[in-house]
Amino acid sequence: MAKELLKGNIAMAEAAIRAGLEGYFGYPITPQTELLEWMAERMPALGRAFLQAESEVAAINMLYGAACTGARVMTSSSSPGISLMMEGISYIAGTEVPVVIIDVVRGGPGLGNIAPSQGDYDQIVHGGGHGDYHPIVLAPASVQEAIDLVVLAFDLAEKYRTIVFVMADGNIGQMMEPAELPPMRPIKSEYPDWAVRGAMGRERRILSSIYIDPKDEEVTNYRLMQVWNQIQANEVRYREYFLDDAEYVVIGFGTAGRIALSAARMARAEGIKVGLLRPITLSPFPAPQIESLVSRVKGILVVEMNAGQMLNDVQKVVKGRVPVEFYGRMGGMVPFPDEILAEMRRMSQEVIPLDGDPRQRWMKRFAPVIHWNN
Amino acid sequence: METTLAAQIVYQRPQSLTEAAMHYCPGCTHGIAHRLIAEVMDEMSIRERAIGVAPVGCSVFAYNYFDCDFVEAAHGRAPAMATGIKRLLPDRVVFTYQGDGDLASIGMGEIVHAAGRGENISVFFINNAIYGMTSGQMAPTTLPGQKTTSSPRGRDVETMGYPLRMAELLSNLDGAGYVVRRSLHDPKNIRMAKKAIRLAFETQLRGLGFSMVELLSTCSTNWGLSPLESLKWLEEHMIPYYPIGDFKVAEALKEIKV
Ligand SMILES: Cc1ncc(C[n+]2csc(CCOP(=O)(O)OP(=O)(O)O)c2C)c(N)n1
Ligand code: SF4
Ligand SMILES: [Mg+2]
Repeated sequence: MAKELLKGNIAMAEAAIRAGLEGYFGYPITPQTELLEWMAERMPALGRAFLQAESEVAAINMLYGAACTGARVMTSSSSPGISLMMEGISYIAGTEVPVVIIDVVRGGPGLGNIAPSQGDYDQIVHGGGHGDYHPIVLAPASVQEAIDLVVLAFDLAEKYRTIVFVMADGNIGQMMEPAELPPMRPIKSEYPDWAVRGAMGRERRILSSIYIDPKDEEVTNYRLMQVWNQIQANEVRYREYFLDDAEYVVIGFGTAGRIALSAARMARAEGIKVGLLRPITLSPFPAPQIESLVSRVKGILVVEMNAGQMLNDVQKVVKGRVPVEFYGRMGGMVPFPDEILAEMRRMSQEVIPLDGDPRQRWMKRFAPVIHWNN
Repeated sequence: METTLAAQIVYQRPQSLTEAAMHYCPGCTHGIAHRLIAEVMDEMSIRERAIGVAPVGCSVFAYNYFDCDFVEAAHGRAPAMATGIKRLLPDRVVFTYQGDGDLASIGMGEIVHAAGRGENISVFFINNAIYGMTSGQMAPTTLPGQKTTSSPRGRDVETMGYPLRMAELLSNLDGAGYVVRRSLHDPKNIRMAKKAIRLAFETQLRGLGFSMVELLSTCSTNWGLSPLESLKWLEEHMIPYYPIGDFKVAEALKEIKV
């Protein structure tokens, strides 16, 4: 199939359809609404289920029910809507049914704004719903990658009976880029042996997240952790750029990672040996890859469109063995490459302390940059 | 040896119920409601096509008692979950079983919109005027003046508002095909309730939209009454506030004789 000029939200929607999506449930919210609108047009035309729910609470519970039938199902939303879905997300995790959820993250907290952000990292990667569960979280940095990751998301969800998030930001959802869609896959014809589809000629099946005896709930939690261990061992994904001879490494995902790549190229042109590690799976986190960098590089710069949510995970790996700096934009602000370049220059010139809090240092440096009077 | 007086089975466990002993309190009408639904499932031969959605409330374990596929919803979300199932599997018979806290309080949004959409599901709504499972707090259906653990001096409508009549409320929606209220306090009413359950499933099979049977029920344990006193209390106090009746019956249903 040839490349076409595609908008991120629509590309993700069509990719899901071509991956054999059977049901979509959602509620309008900027900056992901085009995704829902594409589904509204395409799904009924293909004889598949589309429903605009009355709220994200209803959407996630419709998704939960639909997932119990063993079909490929999906919802999408943006940050405030994802917050509202957390109850259902925890139930889905506890019932071990596969779903795909796309979050086109926007500025927050609260109603915030509709500009691109990465402020949902913690609420998605580190839970948000109650109990111990770990979804897989995929973070695309281009429209093409968004397409590929949506397709992968369904395969991973089914393989591990888990929740897979595609965490894009408003930028990925809204921008247009040339990209290639996958061929149309047929809808599946066989359903898993746990699927609730009516007890025709077989024993009844029950899908539930209740284990009223704590002993059973503990066993379930243990099993969930075993699956999570497998996911951690097998599913870490990332992209690396110029790492071979890098003296400094930038770590950033999604749009922040993409802008950091431009900055790294500019730094290289100036003779600063900068490389980039761009996590594609935020969960499982590419901790082993970061570990292998610790002994090789002079410093690590974490760049995010939030106040350093992934920074915590990087620091957990680095454990103060090599200097870590942080640069973030918040509330829907997107960094320019030269802002990140300035941080790279500074890192290569100054002595960065091993101790102290990179977030506090960033706040001090950053205060004069903020548009206080706007 | 053959006897002349051949034993004849006149009453037995419906096939659609499992052999599991129910956990409900003595005198609780949840068991009666289960049995009626199961009898109707047998009579209509829909057990193998049925998918139930259990609520959060005393009937949280309903799936242990029905011998059909089942899922367990979050508190109040059964209509949304049922919607997801029905949209993927339109030829299955999908029903929810919900208490009054579940349906009329935390799940108000989901039930209203399921009815409004004319979602082809059947809802069995157990109105016992109280939160049974959490041991007796005020429900949206608790009667004015009724004492509960969270309205210890009786429900004061000035501060706690008025009870909700769900059947009447939902019957106003165009998507509703069949919405009635019945009671489980005596044999005559139980027979009427069974017919209504049948009609609710018929509504779904005919694609006539949303169907709900509200069933007035008892909770002796949290009402602090004996099972017998409870049946009386239901009749004397609940029925005047929650009249038994048909609030919406689609034209196409009116010819059906059950
Ligand atoms: C989100 C959430 N809030 C509160 C509860 C606690 N809770 C469990 S059952 C229940 C009330 C159930 O009452 P009702 O629906 O009337 O059912 P009954 O037990 O009377 O049959 C409540 C408040 C819960 N499980 N989940
Ligand atoms: S607490 Fe009430 S509703 Fe629950 S089982 Fe006992 S009598 Fe029935
Ligand atoms: Mg109740």
